Amino acid sequence: MTDTAQRRRSLIRGLLSIAAAAAFYQGVAMSGLFPKVLLPSIPTVLTTLYDMLSDGSMFQHAGATLYRVLIGFGLAIAIGLPLGILMARFKPVENFLLPLVSALMPIPSFSLVPLFMLWFGIGNLTTVLIVFYAATFPMLFNTWTGVRSVNPLWLRAAGAMGADERRLFWKVIVPGASPFIITGMRQAFLRSWIAVVGAEMIAASDYGLGWVIFDSKEFLQTDVMMASLVVIGFIGYVFERLVFGSIERATVYRWGMVRMAKG
Amino acid sequence: MHDAATFGAPPTVRSERLLAVIRNAFPFLVVGAIWEIVARAGVFPRKLFPTLGDIARSFVDLTASGILPHHAIDTVLRLLAGFGLAAIVGVSIGVLMGRSRRAEDILLPLVSILAPIPGLAYAPLFLLWFGPGEVSAVLLVAFVSMFAIIFNSWTGVKAVKEIWLRSAQAMGADDKRVFRYVILPGALPYILTGLRLGLAQAWRILVAVEMLAAVPWGLGWLIFGAREFLNTDAMMAGIIVIALIGLGLEKYVFQKIEDYTVVRWGMMGSMG
Repeated sequence: MTDTAQRRRSLIRGLLSIAAAAAFYQGVAMSGLFPKVLLPSIPTVLTTLYDMLSDGSMFQHAGATLYRVLIGFGLAIAIGLPLGILMARFKPVENFLLPLVSALMPIPSFSLVPLFMLWFGIGNLTTVLIVFYAATFPMLFNTWTGVRSVNPLWLRAAGAMGADERRLFWKVIVPGASPFIITGMRQAFLRSWIAVVGAEMIAASDYGLGWVIFDSKEFLQTDVMMASLVVIGFIGYVFERLVFGSIERATVYRWGMVRMAKG
Repeated sequence: MHDAATFGAPPTVRSERLLAVIRNAFPFLVVGAIWEIVARAGVFPRKLFPTLGDIARSFVDLTASGILPHHAIDTVLRLLAGFGLAAIVGVSIGVLMGRSRRAEDILLPLVSILAPIPGLAYAPLFLLWFGPGEVSAVLLVAFVSMFAIIFNSWTGVKAVKEIWLRSAQAMGADDKRVFRYVILPGALPYILTGLRLGLAQAWRILVAVEMLAAVPWGLGWLIFGAREFLNTDAMMAGIIVIALIGLGLEKYVFQKIEDYTVVRWGMMGSMG
């Protein structure tokens, strides 16, 4: 009883706080203290968002961005995951790759954008590669950690029960490492999402949410900027909560692999 | 560097260390050799794909003339300024949210709305509002790294065990003492984790911010500017410095914090 009352109060307070923040913003925007082009009112932003959605241009931008992210992210999984497993299973691979990985990992992906622009020109290839670079390391690192942290007792138990290498791999190592692998995917996606926006801004092409935000700066179209921000936040939220949340529920929670919820 | 450290060590330890150095150096030699072969083969224009010698030369030249250190120092200062701001604001908001139900109800929705948008997406908006240059860059870095700090401080304060609070109160501690001696130490591992994540995020975004915000000095700007003149060697020199700073952060800041928090938590091999 008290718990639901408390929850309802939290909800009301939350809604009130959002409403108050919106009203405050709207007040400042309408007061004329700042130029209207720099601080568009909320209805203006919503109208712009609606217009861009209905004429399809927003879908085109979002589609271009998603395309780049998903290809880069997919490549990062396709390469990071097997490499991480190989590193954890075979010592020579680890000895060779670990120094390289530790040297490359601290380089922010954005610092490679100008170089990639020179090498690969402006457009999809550069953006996809930047996303790939940003996403590979969390994927690889987490997989490596995950496979190494599989309880050796499980391996020996499965071995004693007559599991061959293949079954050991699929039935013990992969499920055992899965919490780390999924955390890795999550981090990798988060990084790719940040990387794609930045890469699109710097290595501008024709479409893309990052590009449209940066491009509208030139024309002082803050309403377009904010509308795109809303879409970027929305897509990021959908992936983070719905896609990865449900993957996590369907795998590691069901297998009872996660001891502690991650903030 | 390794020589100085191993000078006084017994020979077996020394040769073992030497072996480790060789093992770590080997992959770089292989990659370096491949790079050099590709560069010299002339598949790509030399301007775009400089040899290691060119890169080393421009690294030395830029360092000797003081240009590279100036860029690096400005970048580090900017990182510290932005991160410092984020740490102060983020920990305050996070602790407040953890302590007061009302603050949590009010702030959490706002934070949750702003957090999932990649920080860089705000960059053009900040540039319009605060103009290109230093202010925008520092504010943007602070804004981006703030959220990880807020969330972790908030979780940390909430994770302090109820029973500790109550026993401290039962022993007659007032609010100030409870906060100082129970809540703060209890939440510290989380807060430190948040600070580590925040700093890592600040570092990752700073280079891009420098490219966009048109600051007069900074490694991001150096790399971006070098592109205009096809100075790929200067670019590579800049990237090397960025890697070195990143490695330094990793080794001397992140790992230290991680060791400390892991020790405090009494758990081993926490990763990810």
